[in-house]
Amino acid sequence: MRNICFYFQVHQPFRLKRYRFFDLGNDHYYYDDYLNKHILKKVANRCYLPTNELLYNLIKENGNQFKVAFSLTGVFLEQLELYAPEVIKSFRKLADTGCVEFLSETYSHSLASQADPDEFIDQVNQHRKKIEDLFRVTPKVFRNTELVYSDAVGEQVSKMGFTSMLAEGAKHVLGWKSPNFLYYNVLNPRLKVLLRNYKLSDDIAFRFSNRSWSEWPLKADKYIQWIKALPKEEEFVNLFMDYETFGEHQPLESGIHMFLENLVRMVISDPELGFTTPSELTERYQPVAPLSVPYPSSWADEERDLSAWLGNEMQKEAFGRLNSLRNLVILAGDKDLTKDYDYLQASDHFYYMSTKFFADQSVHNYFNPYNSPYDAFINYMNVLSDFIIRLEKKTKRIRFHGIPLEELSGQALEQAILSYEGTLKELRKRRNLMTKSKDTSTPAKTNPTKDFPPETAKVKKKKN
Amino acid sequence: MFGWEFPPHISGGLGTACYGLTRGLAFRDVDVIFAVPKAYGDEDQSNVRLIGASQVPVRKRSFVFKNDLVTNHENFTEERSRELVYIEIGSRLVPYLSPEEFEQYIRDRVIEEDYSWSRPIDREIPATATLTDVIGTIDFTGKYGPDLMQEVSNYALVASEIALENDFDIIHAHDWLTYPAGIAAKKSSGKPLVVHVHATEFDRTGENYNTIVFDIEKAGMEVADLVITVSNLTRNIVIKRYGIDPKKVVTVYNAVESGNENRIDQPVKSVEEKVVTFLGRITYQKGPEYFMEAAAKVLKHADNVRFVMAGSGDLLRKMIRYAARLGITEKFHFTDFLKGPEVDLMFSLSDVYVMPSVSEPFGISPLEAMRSNVPVIISKQSGVSEVLKHAIKIDFWDVDAMADAIYGLVTYESLPTMFRQFGKEEVENMKWENAALQIKNCYIKLLYPSS
Repeated sequence: MRNICFYFQVHQPFRLKRYRFFDLGNDHYYYDDYLNKHILKKVANRCYLPTNELLYNLIKENGNQFKVAFSLTGVFLEQLELYAPEVIKSFRKLADTGCVEFLSETYSHSLASQADPDEFIDQVNQHRKKIEDLFRVTPKVFRNTELVYSDAVGEQVSKMGFTSMLAEGAKHVLGWKSPNFLYYNVLNPRLKVLLRNYKLSDDIAFRFSNRSWSEWPLKADKYIQWIKALPKEEEFVNLFMDYETFGEHQPLESGIHMFLENLVRMVISDPELGFTTPSELTERYQPVAPLSVPYPSSWADEERDLSAWLGNEMQKEAFGRLNSLRNLVILAGDKDLTKDYDYLQASDHFYYMSTKFFADQSVHNYFNPYNSPYDAFINYMNVLSDFIIRLEKKTKRIRFHGIPLEELSGQALEQAILSYEGTLKELRKRRNLMTKSKDTSTPAKTNPTKDFPPETAKVKKKKN
Repeated sequence: MFGWEFPPHISGGLGTACYGLTRGLAFRDVDVIFAVPKAYGDEDQSNVRLIGASQVPVRKRSFVFKNDLVTNHENFTEERSRELVYIEIGSRLVPYLSPEEFEQYIRDRVIEEDYSWSRPIDREIPATATLTDVIGTIDFTGKYGPDLMQEVSNYALVASEIALENDFDIIHAHDWLTYPAGIAAKKSSGKPLVVHVHATEFDRTGENYNTIVFDIEKAGMEVADLVITVSNLTRNIVIKRYGIDPKKVVTVYNAVESGNENRIDQPVKSVEEKVVTFLGRITYQKGPEYFMEAAAKVLKHADNVRFVMAGSGDLLRKMIRYAARLGITEKFHFTDFLKGPEVDLMFSLSDVYVMPSVSEPFGISPLEAMRSNVPVIISKQSGVSEVLKHAIKIDFWDVDAMADAIYGLVTYESLPTMFRQFGKEEVENMKWENAALQIKNCYIKLLYPSS
């Protein structure tokens, strides 16, 4: 019996509107609502709705034999709530079949795993709350943004309590080894690693409608022969791809739905084949070997590394600047600022700044609102500059024993740091609770500024 | 080749382009005879043999591009260097002037000058070039009317004689002043004609174009066996506005001289602020007012920046008044016309270079800026934007976008770093040798159509 594990990534960022430097300090709304709505509606109609429907029918038709896994980012779900709630409904319908697994990840499809461990944890928790709220299931398997994986990332994920995680079966990682086995993290052997079979995945995701491809047209029976031709001891194949493959990257006219439909029916009627999910794989199989990935890998581009997001100077400056704001954002404890901070985390913003593919920008240009990486960088930095202005305004009001933060020094500064470390932890906890209760109950707090460190409150009272 | 100007006496991009191109062609083993109209005799003539005659002075000299001069290319050896024959034809043709401007120019000049350029010339002439003896009756002296068109046709007359006197395979004419010369040379020699379009009348004047110039351009392109344009932007104009068969119009992009960008060893920058520079003729075509409006927007929000408008032109005074009206003169400076070394100095002092041209067939100056490690902002309405990747491209009228790009470049540190990293490399790969090779291949196709 050989099992196919389908996993689909679904994500749309809040794209930024054109934000000029002279808007700094004047305009605090950063998003291109029209563009975001337009793209979301378009993809919903071409991909999300029809493909969800198809998957639902296939599940109903085949009892519980057909299974898939999804990862839905928090910012994607927020956009669905705003512009296409019917898609949430159809995902719920899929969730209720019990044949669909939802994976864990960062809320904003961010690169937090490359920045701050605490922020990484926060964002994963935030995402879990969102999935629990919407679908009443708790994700068990972790997948990082764009399958970014390294030994260190795996260790962090393991510390969060996950027992398995997805990664790219990159050639430079695997060497001669096959992706069709379970591996384990070298730093923490309890974390199992599921690897993407990039050849078979990309046959569908990238090459399916390419007429100059020697295997075009790809039919389900041919594809099944490829899967069957794998060595006997390989008991599963991980097919991980963007969900937009079905209807958007590969247009419906290419016959991609028909292919999927036929594939599912033929697999189910074949006694040698079946479907599975990441958590089933984790439970059923034992890892065969450790996997050593000292430098981060991903599923992007030829290089399968981070260079598409953090490859050039601009990306590094923007990412560094963003991460430097983290503690201030938590201290400020402002709902709007926190939300903007989440949205600005999306890895897409950094992807748009990539200078790697001036010649071959086909993938990078996908839904890319910018003419050039320079353009993308300037726009992002303008937005971030305004965000910083707001943040500084907000945090200026925070005082430690009556002294503004920027005037602290010596002993007082040390004390403040100690005090705020505790405060930050408290605030982080509260933020996680807030995200959870946001939809169900009314906000508990009326005046967030009063809830700052106790010292702040005291001072304010004295002054008043 | 018929050109307008050749270094050191150049007033614009065309001379630079012709120079680079002939050097590139020399590298590609093509011999070039280069003819230019010459209206002044003021430079050092000690190493120049004058071979003209009394009435239409024609000077012919030859020089070899030396190793280091031509290119830094390591394959370039002395055996591969070619001789360039350089012919100056006595004429009042002045580049970059419209017929109306030329009239004014001649009026001014005729008064101050005593036609010193046409003084009797040394009769020690090699037998190869007794040119003016042959056509002896062309008598310019004292008779130039203020008529540019007359000069153009006289130049053409001389050209047909040059064509008879010299041995060559292809005629290559640069821009409209020389098209009649090219046509005449083609008629007298029967050799194929290539016209090279560096600019069209539409680029120079917008919609109020001079119909006579337009007719000359059109005639040149029609008679030509091949039309070379410096960008697809220009190619489209040639096809659409002049109705030329697309099959005989090809685009060959300009390049930039590689080499010693560190001519200014230590730039003495005396201001703390970042310097944003506009450099070019201050005319409608170059879009100076958009630059100024963008500057005003930036200055309203940032005080770490100064603006420089370098160059002169018919809009200069208007621009100075405009700066005063916008209230930005404290941080907006004018330099008037800059000569060679001053241009290098200006680049070395600049942190951003802006070329907001309304219409720019190609535009070499951003490449020169990038060669000096200066990040550039260029208008999408320039030919050079078709080839440059590491530049910020904006619509010339989009003052907001221009201001934003300037602000970004002077504010966010990684941007200039990126440009230093990639821009220079990109420009250094745009070599005249490559452009020349494309042109050489065009020549070969013309001469041997079957192969």
